[in-house]
Amino acid sequence: MTILDVLFWVYALAAAGGAIAVVLTHNVVRMAFWLIVSLGSTAGLFFLLNADFVGTAQLLVYVGGTLVLLIFGVMLTASGPFINMRTNPGEGVLAGVIAVSLLAAIASSVCRVDWEDVSQRTAGPRGFNPQQELAERYYPPQSGSTSRAIGAALLGVRVDRDLGTARTNLSPGYLLPFEIASVHLLVVLVGAAYLARAKRRVNDRRDSEEPTGTQR
Amino acid sequence: MQAVGLNTYLFIGAILFVAGIVCMATKRNGIGVLMGVELVLNGANLNFVAFSRYTPLGLDGQVISLFVIVLAAAEAAVALAIALNFYNNHLTIDVDRADDLRG
Repeated sequence: MTILDVLFWVYALAAAGGAIAVVLTHNVVRMAFWLIVSLGSTAGLFFLLNADFVGTAQLLVYVGGTLVLLIFGVMLTASGPFINMRTNPGEGVLAGVIAVSLLAAIASSVCRVDWEDVSQRTAGPRGFNPQQELAERYYPPQSGSTSRAIGAALLGVRVDRDLGTARTNLSPGYLLPFEIASVHLLVVLVGAAYLARAKRRVNDRRDSEEPTGTQR
Repeated sequence: MQAVGLNTYLFIGAILFVAGIVCMATKRNGIGVLMGVELVLNGANLNFVAFSRYTPLGLDGQVISLFVIVLAAAEAAVALAIALNFYNNHLTIDVDRADDLRG
């Protein structure tokens, strides 16, 4: 058992335990804390999967941005009775039964698939060797960086697939989804600012509509 | 104890997914429902990155998980604005009270 295995089990237990604690606790502030634990441990799992850029983005965007936004929401709405809101015990038992059966269904269907065989069949004519993939195709472990290949893929150039091959047709990149996501973010920011703006009261509107000639 | 492989990562992702589903279904706090959505998206992300490591999916899985992260941030911003608007109008965050459109 290497140090990577130990790290995997630590992060996996923290991620799964944090997620279960989010479900089980009733205090919304503690739910936010356990969500931070779960998402941060998932970033650690990303690092263990050689996905350094995705792990960094998870830490920066999710833990640093989205969760801070959620905690602002908790602070703005958690007043008095809304900090602890409990469901019926009967509903909790029903949800537990459904959760266990759903987890059993997913786990059994995952275990039934032979992923090695699927990888070999979907790899194409070259075949698939994970170590060779890591060493040759992209992110050589000694440099330990996927950010250059991911940035080139977002610009539409697949250096991880096309570099060093003799083919004349290039692999498709992600330029159009990247642009769509950027426009989508702009629209979302405008929409969120519009939805969350401070409402003007009726008196204010009447005051502003009077032609008094005062400076706005 | 079996060696760490694709199945263990998929199992962790399944736990995150199921926890998020239960959180969405049982929480009465609107912010709690949003946290359930984040858990579900995170479980899907873990599956994508695990497939990109252990199958020929390659870098595509990591790019898709980046898109999921970005869209989850956008979704959280809009949903939080809606939740704050609901709180301003109804003075509660209980999603069971949001029955204005009930016929």
